[in-house]
Amino acid sequence: MKLIYILTPLAPLVGAIAAGFFGKQLGRTNSHRVTIAGVAIAFLLSVIALIKNIGGDSAVFNETIYTWMVSGNIKFEVGFLVDRLTVVMMTVVTSVSLMVHIYTIGYMHDDPGYQRFFSYISLFTFAMLMLVMANNFMQLFFGWEAVGLVSYLLIGFWYKKPTAIFANLKAFLVNRVGDFGFLLGIAAVVMYTGSLNYYDAFAAAPSLTGETMEIIPGFAWSVLTVTCICLFIGAMGKSAQIPLHVWLPDSMEGPTPISALIHAATMVTAGIFMVARMSPLFELSETALTFVIVIGSLTALLMGLIGIVQNDIKRVVAYSTLSQLGYMTVALGASAYSAAIFHLMTHAFFKALLFLAAGSVIMGMHHEQDIRKMGGLKKYMPVTYWTSLIGTLALIGFPGFSGYFSKDAIIESVHASEIAGSGFAYICVLLGVFITAFYSFRMFFLVFHGKERMDQHTREHLHESPSVVTVPLVLLAIPSVVLGALTIGGMLFGHYFGDSIFVAAEHDVLEKVGEHYHGPLSFVLHGFKTPALYLALAGTLAAWFIYLRKPELAEFFSSRFGFVHRLLENKYGFDDFNQKVFAGGSLKLADKLWSVGDVKMIDGMMVNGSANKIGVFSALIRTVQSGYLYHYAFAMIIGLLAMLSVFIFTT
Amino acid sequence: MPILSIIIWLTILGGVLVLFVGDNRCRPVALAISVVAFLFSLPLYFGFDKTTAQMQFTENVAWLPSFDINYALGVDGIAMPLILLTTFINIIVVISAWEVIKDKPAMYLASFLIMTGFMVGVFAATDAILFYIFFEATLIPMFLIIGIWGGPRRVYATIKFFLYTFLGSVFMLVALIYLYSKAGSFSIAAFHELPIAANAQTLIFLAFFVAFAVKIPMWPVHTWLPDAHVEAPTAGSAVLAAIMLKMGGYGFLRFSLPVVPDASAQLAWLMILLSLIAVVYIGFVALAQSDMKKLIAYSSISHMGFVTLGMFIVFGIVTNSTGSETTSHAVMGVEGAMVQMISHGFISAAMFLCVGVVYDRMHSRQIADYGGVVNTMPVFAAFMVFFAMSNAGLPGTSGFVGEFMVILASFKANFWFAFLAATTLILGAAYTLWMVKRVIFGEVANDNVAALTDVNRREKCMLAILAAMVLFFGLWPQPLVDVMHASIEHLVQHVTVSKL
Repeated sequence: MKLIYILTPLAPLVGAIAAGFFGKQLGRTNSHRVTIAGVAIAFLLSVIALIKNIGGDSAVFNETIYTWMVSGNIKFEVGFLVDRLTVVMMTVVTSVSLMVHIYTIGYMHDDPGYQRFFSYISLFTFAMLMLVMANNFMQLFFGWEAVGLVSYLLIGFWYKKPTAIFANLKAFLVNRVGDFGFLLGIAAVVMYTGSLNYYDAFAAAPSLTGETMEIIPGFAWSVLTVTCICLFIGAMGKSAQIPLHVWLPDSMEGPTPISALIHAATMVTAGIFMVARMSPLFELSETALTFVIVIGSLTALLMGLIGIVQNDIKRVVAYSTLSQLGYMTVALGASAYSAAIFHLMTHAFFKALLFLAAGSVIMGMHHEQDIRKMGGLKKYMPVTYWTSLIGTLALIGFPGFSGYFSKDAIIESVHASEIAGSGFAYICVLLGVFITAFYSFRMFFLVFHGKERMDQHTREHLHESPSVVTVPLVLLAIPSVVLGALTIGGMLFGHYFGDSIFVAAEHDVLEKVGEHYHGPLSFVLHGFKTPALYLALAGTLAAWFIYLRKPELAEFFSSRFGFVHRLLENKYGFDDFNQKVFAGGSLKLADKLWSVGDVKMIDGMMVNGSANKIGVFSALIRTVQSGYLYHYAFAMIIGLLAMLSVFIFTT
Repeated sequence: MPILSIIIWLTILGGVLVLFVGDNRCRPVALAISVVAFLFSLPLYFGFDKTTAQMQFTENVAWLPSFDINYALGVDGIAMPLILLTTFINIIVVISAWEVIKDKPAMYLASFLIMTGFMVGVFAATDAILFYIFFEATLIPMFLIIGIWGGPRRVYATIKFFLYTFLGSVFMLVALIYLYSKAGSFSIAAFHELPIAANAQTLIFLAFFVAFAVKIPMWPVHTWLPDAHVEAPTAGSAVLAAIMLKMGGYGFLRFSLPVVPDASAQLAWLMILLSLIAVVYIGFVALAQSDMKKLIAYSSISHMGFVTLGMFIVFGIVTNSTGSETTSHAVMGVEGAMVQMISHGFISAAMFLCVGVVYDRMHSRQIADYGGVVNTMPVFAAFMVFFAMSNAGLPGTSGFVGEFMVILASFKANFWFAFLAATTLILGAAYTLWMVKRVIFGEVANDNVAALTDVNRREKCMLAILAAMVLFFGLWPQPLVDVMHASIEHLVQHVTVSKL
């Protein structure tokens, strides 16, 4: 088994190296062949691991691959922990990655950086696998930063675009703010538990419950709360939670396949995975859980609202991703870790589907991304249309679709939760359901139905995308429909995750929800008794009425509630604030520190200043040495007189 | 076999030989000498006994017996990696100068070879006077390199560089003579064992501090470095950043900490404060630079902040708690400082060489003159992004290892130390990647950029070697940490015992 686990991440790495360093020699076709082969191998191996794990043999694999370093009695290792949580993540990552690899053949067909792109996405797959398979905090951080690096490279893939290279720098720096917290969290774990290894750290954690630390003198804070919040700040960066969400919408400057793979399905869910992995720590701090649930619900609600006013097809999907990540975070805060991972899994498929469908639309529209210039695409792109519909229904939680099960499970869990902040979260996630349905169908109707608003030239060239694009869409549509119904029983209520997720008995909301669970069908029927379903329907109807039936209503609302509209269009001012205060402020500070601190104070006054003082002093001394004999003679006489007078007066 | 002497004198005499060979044939000769010197330094690693903190490969010849001054050499786990780094960088330097230096190449290469010999001498000397002589001697070739092959403001830069560093080391000489008068010997090992009163310790500490703080450099005596870097030729900058700064760090480890541990402990708060200022303040200052070399110079100072932080955090950890676990964290801090020094040797050299590559083509270091270099120099751009990422401390590169260790260790001393040190994660990425954005990415900015040609075989080779080292120690730092462990553990135990 060890060999299989080592080969799983290495296969994409080999592909990445081949396409990256020898792309020119290999040529386009061979480059995509070798990378796809690498990812396909990783996918097959992941499935083997999954099957083995489900089929009874749930023995956890936890072994060191090599010792990175030993310093100060702490072992820094590279090693794998493969348990039931890991195999789910491995399968999700490799399957979506495989679909995206195939899709890329079509989407990047004419791009000069074809080989480079394949190399990057394979490298990403490697990094992401290292992240989810880690058995210690150092390797987790390693993978964490490595996916950040690839994300940086891919957002800036079209390096000539000024917006792209702005967005990738922004993404990297905002993520680094999160990593800053994350690193401190890791440092806290190491210092208080004495180990980087998950199991050792988790085992030592319960003994820390009473321990406090004074960060600000006089205030004793629980060590575990500080640790968990620091770790969660890392998750907020990577999983784009308020206020560190600002990089994700801008990341849409990258090519669409990576928006699907990295910025929807996998990398952005790394934070969710991490918190689930750290459940033995988070369960010990209710304060941290409250923090998590509040941040999550704010993200879920506020980001969904922005989605309503976006007109760029990719940005609508991006804001919907933000909002869905909020849902997952809420689930984490409610201690429903399994529900979070469950939603992560279903979301990975239907959101990748939506992004790839959006990419297909963009290709058909000749790289036009404004949904106001689309409309009526249904008859030109039937496969894209139907798969998009499936993705949208899954997203809004239409009964029976995979998103329904995962989202409803989260809402029910929050309802059952008694953690502080869960009441607020419940309202947010319910409102979020209406908003999700509204913006999703707004986009859907504007793109596929109604008047054809594109120009004549574009209309004439509209056609369905090639099969390398549509086949992945269909393949992703299947799990978007059935995955939820097939896996909800085992994953949420069948103790699938076993020991890989730890929930304290008093927080176990899924236990409570599970009491009413009698199979997927009854879960669907039960949905008809809850507000969520009706809110989703209301959202859909509202979108239909406003954008298809009475388009003038949209105008009316945006002018009538101009203030709200502007607030949403400005994204609550986060970007402006960051740009002015953090970016602008630090540049100003930097400039002042340099021009005043270094140039004026240190160099001007101290260094060159003392050099100048010596110069002035020596000039003064120099005047004394004039070279004229009578000056010296005169000075000698005065000196002699002075000495004599001293001699006379003292005696 | 006296390996250390062979390395030192092979390079020094080799430098003289290069002078005689003349400008036409000096390059292959210099390369051969540098490679042979590096090969001779390899046995230091492979024959090193890593279980002991004792000096190894020792040599001892009486030099001025009346003052008990000896030509005494030897290495422990702290000095040995630095010597290997020195001889390694020397090869890169010779390659980097190959066809770039057209004016007096023989003198140029000879200066570097001779300087390498002196620098190895600094790390290998176990006699204080020998150390002092080598320490000062390194100034001369560097003075010549900046003064002859430097940029337009080279006179100002050389005087600043020389006076600054020379002034610092004069204080050190006074301290060394005082120590001799007490110990009756110039052997550094004797200084380590010498009991010293509290007042004297403070004065000695300050004398050493002036010498080494200028060298490494620490805030606020750092302003000579950006000027020297900007005016120095490419290879001069590379050696200055990669090796010469480390002489300051090495000095702290060899003299300040073990000779006057009580004063070090007493003044650790000041050192930690200055280190954190270096990380944060200098990080901001780097952000404001418009000259690539100045930016990298400031980034060096900021990274050296981690070196001094890792060393003096020892006392913060020790006073905070007791027990065997304590010293182990302190060991991690010092080891982190050492790893940071070695790693910075590769990364800063590579960054300066990268700037040199485009400077040779465009004759400008101004960021504003560039833009969209990736369009015309894709291979170079890949290297530049890689080294920029390692400068920003990306895991998987050696730049991460030392910072990670120092941050972990400083968390044990105080949350805020770790907090401030960790800001480098943001600041380091900000100034480095912002520069990359403005230089490398974007549309071709002007005709000069459009006319650029990508790196040639020589440049590719030298950057690839450095990249391989950065990656190797990023993926597996164990071989590096392993050899220094015994020495550093011994050092930490030594400094926790009072000498009063």
